[in-house]
Amino acid sequence: MGSINLVGVSKSFGDVLVIPSVDLEVNEGEFVVFVGPSGSGKSTLLRLIAGLEEVSKGRIEFNGQDMTNLAPAKRGLAMVFQSYALYPHMSVRENIGFPLKMAGMPKSEIAAKVQEAAKILNLSEYLERKPRQLSGGQRQRVAIGRAIVRQPKAFLFDEPLSNLDAALRINMRLEIMELHQQLKTTMIYVTHDQVEAMTMADKIVVLDHGNIEQVGSPLDLYRAPDNLFVAGFIGAPKMNFLTGGEASRHNATTIGVRPEHVQISKSSGLWTGKVGVSEHLGSDTFLHVNVEGQQAPLTVRTDGEVQLNYGETIYLSPEEDKVHKFDNNGKAIR
Amino acid sequence: MKSNRVLLSILGWVIGFIIFFPILWMVMASLKTEIEAVATPPSFFFIPTLENYFVVQNRSDYLNYAWNSIVISVFATLLAILIAVPASYSFAFRPTKRTKFKLVWILSTKMMPPVGVLIPMYLFYKNMGLLDTHLGLILIYTLMNLPIVIWVLYTYFKDIPQEILEAAQMECDDLLKIFLYILLPLSKSAIFSTSLLSIVLIWNESFWSLNLTAFEAAPLTAFISSYSSPEGLFWAKLSAASTLAILPIMFLGWVTQKQMVKGLTLGAVK
Amino acid sequence: MKLRVLSDYPAIVVLFIWMLGPLIATIYYSLIRYNLLNPRIKGFAGIENYEFLLTDFVFTDSIYNSIQLLGSIIGITVVLGLLISYLLDQDLYGGRLLQLVIISPFFVMPTVSALIWKNLLMHPVNGYFTYLLGLFGLPPIDWFADIPLGSIIIIVSWNWLPFAVLVFITAQQSMSLEIKEASKMDGAGHLAFFFQIYLPHLGKAIGAVVMIQMIFHLNIFAEIFTTTTGGPGTQTTNLAFLVYRKALLDFDIGGASAGGIISIVFANIVAIFLLRMIAKNMNSD
Repeated sequence: MGSINLVGVSKSFGDVLVIPSVDLEVNEGEFVVFVGPSGSGKSTLLRLIAGLEEVSKGRIEFNGQDMTNLAPAKRGLAMVFQSYALYPHMSVRENIGFPLKMAGMPKSEIAAKVQEAAKILNLSEYLERKPRQLSGGQRQRVAIGRAIVRQPKAFLFDEPLSNLDAALRINMRLEIMELHQQLKTTMIYVTHDQVEAMTMADKIVVLDHGNIEQVGSPLDLYRAPDNLFVAGFIGAPKMNFLTGGEASRHNATTIGVRPEHVQISKSSGLWTGKVGVSEHLGSDTFLHVNVEGQQAPLTVRTDGEVQLNYGETIYLSPEEDKVHKFDNNGKAIR
Repeated sequence: MKSNRVLLSILGWVIGFIIFFPILWMVMASLKTEIEAVATPPSFFFIPTLENYFVVQNRSDYLNYAWNSIVISVFATLLAILIAVPASYSFAFRPTKRTKFKLVWILSTKMMPPVGVLIPMYLFYKNMGLLDTHLGLILIYTLMNLPIVIWVLYTYFKDIPQEILEAAQMECDDLLKIFLYILLPLSKSAIFSTSLLSIVLIWNESFWSLNLTAFEAAPLTAFISSYSSPEGLFWAKLSAASTLAILPIMFLGWVTQKQMVKGLTLGAVK
Repeated sequence: MKLRVLSDYPAIVVLFIWMLGPLIATIYYSLIRYNLLNPRIKGFAGIENYEFLLTDFVFTDSIYNSIQLLGSIIGITVVLGLLISYLLDQDLYGGRLLQLVIISPFFVMPTVSALIWKNLLMHPVNGYFTYLLGLFGLPPIDWFADIPLGSIIIIVSWNWLPFAVLVFITAQQSMSLEIKEASKMDGAGHLAFFFQIYLPHLGKAIGAVVMIQMIFHLNIFAEIFTTTTGGPGTQTTNLAFLVYRKALLDFDIGGASAGGIISIVFANIVAIFLLRMIAKNMNSD
């Protein structure tokens, strides 16, 4: 029903090449997240799939059929926008029903579909309200409702949660995941937030400067990043990178160790360092340790109850089997 | 702080009174008898009479001119809106590389001083029999206001979020339907207030109306100037006529002051 | 794509005809001998009309008058406009109503304002100003005989002061409250605030007011037409009125057209600056 194939897709705006060439397979029913920093081309890629931007080169296929030059409305996709893009002059009922009305569905059928979608999304009480009378979370639900009623081949989400506050964002995240479980429809989701990517995705596509850096399941990317960019982007707090003597000891130009893979000790260890600021989260503590011979402080995760003073000397040892090695091109050595 | 506010307020209202005085004085004169209107020293306290208004009405030309003003400003505005709406839509929602150039060029036509083209227009109108006709003034005011109307509408349309249009595009392939169901309802008020602005501007335009009309199609601007009677014999009636000519448009002006700025500064000041 | 063909072409085509047609005709007329009263005067004139016009003292007077009108009106409206809009920006009692009162003159049509000022206010015998001067024991002024150009400047400035105020008020609304509060925290008084923060913030708006008024006031016509008809002598004849007089009173189409072309050149010099500013503004959006 909803497999999407990108073959050598590239996009330039005028003289600016935004996406050099992308090949990607999205399988039916998959939840795929495009993640990358701003300017990585993730939104552009989504808009190319939606048909809102024209492809400069290459092909986009849906279920094996070429759809590259099809009008957006003819692709059978639904999109949820960052600003929700609700029609301000229409009530919630009219907003949700609009795509069906455009498709020429009879009124009674539209009413039934809207009722159903509203029930799924807890919007039944708000059907007669205008978008401006709704909270941010409710508006988001209306936008999703408008997408659901069309029974699209795939859902496209363009940073849908970035306008919500932190608590609501986590809530909506769960709701979207729940929705995916119920509908089993293909979803493509764009975000700059790697936590969203890790928690929601079946498959993450990491993008930088319009190039796909790596595609894989969240844990694949966490365990075996292909390069420095992915290693640094996935995981919070960020992976620590060390160069110089430490790296060449591992026959690498750079080595990376995640904060959760460093042991600390007050008496002995591989590296000696002085404690800098520490962040207490309750469950965990993140220590910033200035290690001799390294410019940037290392971040180390330890348990929440630890008490260390600023400037105290401690010793650190990485878990050797969890050390990531990179060559001088930034590629992972395996 | 409090006494400061009082002082500043008094200052403000005194300035406001001075600026408004000519209008106030005119309205007062319109309510006086002709003798009171020219009295020296001026009479501040008098028994107001509406007689002048009846006289101005009864001379019946007044209604003719007022009717001309209404017909000309309304139809020229409708015509300008009709041409401008689709143009502004395409500029705002389907911009190309040349859109900016086109917009600036459209504006530049507004910069042409009317005296520069008075001669050919006058001769052309004379040959075509358009002198002193409604159609003649309607055409010229449509063209004269078109750049401003396009620009004001354009600045409004640009405020409609692009994503709303894209959402509609995802759901509907028919541009006409998108126009009717989404864009038009969203810009109703913009079109309405732009129309008011255009009516105000046309109502007060007095270069073309003085030069291209005599009586048949002459609007109020021309009527008032023909009212310039030599020695103050009809000041009260002149004031009554003037009051009738400007009051309706002043109310419109108060309502449209925001669009006024947008329109007259062509979007340079927001 | 089809939508575009259907939409902006009508506007562009009609404006193109509207601009180019009369312009070419004016240039053509300015190069021939053409007098409506005397059909025997005809033929190609070359630059004769221009020569004749440029050496005519009425023309030099009219240029001088045009510039004087422009400069004075713009100076008065900008300075007073800034002060008044600054005042309106303070939290005054009835501020919103006061704003409406102050902008009202802008909606008075030029012919009405000219007549009201000429008769009710500036009349040397029965005018209100004469009465005011009398209160102070001063002799009456025959405004349109003694200072004809000054009188017209006063009338047009009154008409256009509200425009300046309106634009400045709109511009100052974009100044954030935080900036005002920050400057108060920094100890700026009214004077310092006006010059250090208010004026720089309104720079663009001032530019717009100046240039737009330049374009409009180059064409001041109705006020002159209804009050002085260019006199006494040539004292209130500006470029616009000169063209009108040549064309519709002297029936000298060739000469009038030459005057028209010169006023177009004039306006374009101003317009280039204005258009540049607006184009720049579009880029910054």
